[in-house]
Amino acid sequence: MTRPDDVALEGASYPNPLPRPEGEFERLARAWELPKGWRIVTAVNNTVIGYFYVATAFLFFLLAGILALLIRLQLAVPGNAFLSQETYNQIFTMHGTVMMFLFAVPAVEAAGVLLLPQMLGARDLPFPRLGAFAFWAYLVGGLVFFSTLFFGVAPSGGWFMYPPLTGARFSPDVGADWWLLGIGFIEISAIAGAIEIIVGVLRTRAPGMTLARMPIFAWTMLVFAGMIVFAFPAVILATILLELERAFDWPFFIAERGGDPLLWQHLFWFFGHPEVYIIFLPAAGMVSMIVPTMAGVPLVGYRLIVIALIAIGFLSFGLWVHHMFTTGIPPLSLGFFSAASMMVAVPSGIQVFAWIATIAAGRLKVTAASLFVLGFLVIFTIGGLTGVMVALVPFDRQVHDTYFIVAHLHYVLFGGMVFPLFAAFYYWVPAFSRRPLSEAWGRWVFALLFAGFNIAFLPMHVTGLIGMPRRVYTYPGGIGWDGLNLVSTAGAFLVAAGVLIFLIDLARNLRPVETGRAGDIWRAGTLEWLPNHNFAARSVPRVTSREPLWEQPGLARDVEAGRYYLPGSATGARETIVTSAIEAEPQYLMRLTGPGWAHVLAAVLTAAFFLLLTVKLVTPAVICGLLAIVAIMAWMWESDPPATKPVDIGGGITLPTYLSGPLSHSWWAMIVLMLVAAALYLSFVFAYLYLWTVGPQHWPPVAPGPTSGGLWASILLLCLSAATLLTACRAMAGAGPAGRGSALMIAVGPLLLGAAVGLDPWSHWQAGLRPEINGHAALVYANALLQTQVTAAVVVMAGFAVARLAVGRLDRRRRVVFDNLALLWGYALAQAALGLVLTHGFPRLVG
Amino acid sequence: MRWSRPVSIGASVPLAACSPIQSALAPRGPEAEDIAVLTWVLVAGAAGILFIVMIALGLALWGGPRSRAILAHVNAVRIGGIAFPLVTLTILLTYGLWLTRSHSAAGEQPALRIEVTGEQWWWRIGYLRADGTRVAEANEIRIPTGRQVEFVLTSGDVIHSFWVPSLGGKLDMIPGRTNRLTLMAQRPGIYRGQCAEYCGGPHALMALEVVAMPPEDFAVWLDAASAPRPEPSDATMRKGRDLFLASGCGACHAVRGTSSGTVGPDLSRVGGRRFLAAALLANDEAGLARFISNGQALKPGNQMPPFRIFSQPELAALAAYLASLK
Repeated sequence: MTRPDDVALEGASYPNPLPRPEGEFERLARAWELPKGWRIVTAVNNTVIGYFYVATAFLFFLLAGILALLIRLQLAVPGNAFLSQETYNQIFTMHGTVMMFLFAVPAVEAAGVLLLPQMLGARDLPFPRLGAFAFWAYLVGGLVFFSTLFFGVAPSGGWFMYPPLTGARFSPDVGADWWLLGIGFIEISAIAGAIEIIVGVLRTRAPGMTLARMPIFAWTMLVFAGMIVFAFPAVILATILLELERAFDWPFFIAERGGDPLLWQHLFWFFGHPEVYIIFLPAAGMVSMIVPTMAGVPLVGYRLIVIALIAIGFLSFGLWVHHMFTTGIPPLSLGFFSAASMMVAVPSGIQVFAWIATIAAGRLKVTAASLFVLGFLVIFTIGGLTGVMVALVPFDRQVHDTYFIVAHLHYVLFGGMVFPLFAAFYYWVPAFSRRPLSEAWGRWVFALLFAGFNIAFLPMHVTGLIGMPRRVYTYPGGIGWDGLNLVSTAGAFLVAAGVLIFLIDLARNLRPVETGRAGDIWRAGTLEWLPNHNFAARSVPRVTSREPLWEQPGLARDVEAGRYYLPGSATGARETIVTSAIEAEPQYLMRLTGPGWAHVLAAVLTAAFFLLLTVKLVTPAVICGLLAIVAIMAWMWESDPPATKPVDIGGGITLPTYLSGPLSHSWWAMIVLMLVAAALYLSFVFAYLYLWTVGPQHWPPVAPGPTSGGLWASILLLCLSAATLLTACRAMAGAGPAGRGSALMIAVGPLLLGAAVGLDPWSHWQAGLRPEINGHAALVYANALLQTQVTAAVVVMAGFAVARLAVGRLDRRRRVVFDNLALLWGYALAQAALGLVLTHGFPRLVG
Repeated sequence: MRWSRPVSIGASVPLAACSPIQSALAPRGPEAEDIAVLTWVLVAGAAGILFIVMIALGLALWGGPRSRAILAHVNAVRIGGIAFPLVTLTILLTYGLWLTRSHSAAGEQPALRIEVTGEQWWWRIGYLRADGTRVAEANEIRIPTGRQVEFVLTSGDVIHSFWVPSLGGKLDMIPGRTNRLTLMAQRPGIYRGQCAEYCGGPHALMALEVVAMPPEDFAVWLDAASAPRPEPSDATMRKGRDLFLASGCGACHAVRGTSSGTVGPDLSRVGGRRFLAAALLANDEAGLARFISNGQALKPGNQMPPFRIFSQPELAALAAYLASLK
């Protein structure tokens, strides 16, 4: 691997000379060709999946928006009987759930999938099939989940799903299960997307695009994905526990049996508050891209903004309790969380003033995108200020769960996310479509949305202060709420009119095309405005600044001519350059997978597994689950191609086509996946310790529990499995084909782990412990379940590795499959050991 | 689409139209007053800050070169985005913490303790008397003015939240936990409250009224509450009482000295309340009859099955009996 000479570039010598060889461009285009006709569903290109993704997210925005209109119709007048009580409860639950889980998070993830590769100078995201899998799972799961409304079986427990209302006793219907399994499943898809975004942002940037030169949008997507990794597992654990309680009567949240309803609230808001920033940060990132372009100057305070983004990422995990100020939490912790909630206003303030500074530094072109950004600044500032207000505990005790909060959260989310999203549509459509959207119509859309939004939501601050609680399907006349509600309803329909005009404009002007795109009509500075194909730019530029298109005149022409790196396909396959995480120096050439059916099938089958499970069709569900695993195996079989000769990408850089270990992109993905698993398990440790603090009397006094024989056997098995892992790692070191010994160890070691993990609950069972009796017992078995989950993944991966060893697809050099197995195996051992310490050691410690 | 006539809920709130009986902006007790002052401070402060930000934005867009040069400097970001919020937030936080402390500090011993249990979808109330006895009531709370009253909040099923905005902030009622909230009403009056935590089904129809009365009147009222109910005075009411017992009403509803059910609201003094069914229906004989025969239409999902077994005169007698329990 040779390093390029930056100085050489300045002398107008390019990495690759012109003219380019005959047929080079055609070979590149052929490698990235899209499947034709209806086979487009097998496509994995980030542009195609990005279009599908954005369109689906927008569809859910419209659907949930229609639900909002129904809500406003019902509340237009007091005592209205337009919707029945049960229908209303389902509709407000679905409005919140769909907006949060099926619109907001997927929409920003979709924007990331669509924009990031081009913006970073990559050809595609590093795991195209994983991205496509996440999309198809989301589409199928989301549509089925939404359609429960049409059958009157939608969840009605609120988007926050507080037990015991959502427990089996008070919600015996299937609605709550739809929420738990449907949303739990869609969260998994969000996590898959997040892993891809993290590795993509960190490892597939154009050469020279150091972290300090990375566009702010990429920064926000990185923080966004990092927050998903730590926040979503908490709610996934919560949904697992509540579903276990509903299905098998394991009392995690039932106070009479040592559970606690507040456990749910802690887990839910540990996810739920970061969720707000998860949604907002990428939108703020879009604003940070649009403002400099429209003002014609670089962003002022780039470093401050990056620090602010990271600060928000951390702070947002420290203020979940501000959703629980009225639960009777002690004043000391109220003070802490109140302070933390206010602190988060500082990084938001930095961003607002940085945008204002950028506007002041240049001259803002008044375009539709600019108008939406300005509208966002006004609305989001108001939302931020009311956010500071509700961070004050005494004030919150009056307005919590009233229409004041409804107003506040819509100012933050509609103002903070939907307005930037509309700005993003007007801004980025020309990068993909033959024509931009209509500027004239855009002004109307903005005017209607801005006026309608404020007419709808500004009065709600007052409605709440004068006593109207949230989530009421009706209200009495004569206590001052009638007029304000009618005004809010009128405003909601103005917003709807604006969205309708926008839709018509989309239909008129949005024409995504392969060639002949409108292109850089704003004279922007970042790479996504290079001439783009479905493999992004023809050649990958060397980046020397934050706004390459401004700093390097002629860059667009030179890139398109093929003068920069990798102007063709070096191996004949789809490729992208993998660079180092901080300095973005080229490290190797990654070959990407192309279109296929396996990941689509896997997504549909995974969705079917969860959805069939919801309606208690266990046998078909299990069959679909097994078939899904088969489909995933088939999809993964193609991955990890063997090394080829090193390839020349130009500029004197020769790159290997295969690397393993910490330099490999898949090693990074595995580490992120382990972080997800660790976050899930730490949430469980929190749940365990939390329930102990609430009901220590349910913990066995001296843990007579399982005979210590079972415990010692588990420990021994874990040690044996660990020893096997170490031996296997040693056997795989060095060069040449791996022997039978490796195969044996890879086959046996995970089974030893499985035996250890299985023995533990068995010995508890033998000792007479039953999960239904109390919260402690339920947690012991939940631990076993979580261990089984990870162990099962290790066992399946081990089988996969053995099969590849057998056919020569895995050896000491082509070893990424083994490396990933070893990582997860090691993690599973650590988690199992921690589980033993927790469930056996802790009761002895406190007993 | 059916824009039906407003159903009866609250349609007959007998106070003047738009009277703020459930408003945080119409405080009638010390805690609510503190918070109302805080509210206005916050609103004024937020409006001021919004004004400053908008001026800055306006100057950035249309200002002269000098003001734009100042705003465009990274120091403007440091001052506006870091220094300014840190100072204002610190002041605010101190104020907020001081208020929280003063509200949660258990200063004087409460003059009266009232248990309130959230039930789907009504309020179970128990007055704890000094002699250790407990007087059961439902859906309407009477308190003496000028006295600290401690509300002992629990739940019988799911999470509810006790909130009477004119008197103070809300506090949740959580299964397995007991929360305590001390409130005081300064003047006699009627203050409406409503369940503030979504509790399923007709959560919207779970309201209550707090009636603040002079301490001496309150003492008289509570003493009378402790006594057994007098014998019905006329034949219709006696017939109503007999129907009440014969039809099994008493299995769920207590009438002191007559029946002792505890599943539903205590009816010992139901006739003396202003509303029925958790501040849903005007309390008169017609309202009573409607709820008995068709409560599910008025409050869908409530625990009481519709009693359509009664003839019209029987229903009238039953309603007359209940209305007489004051």
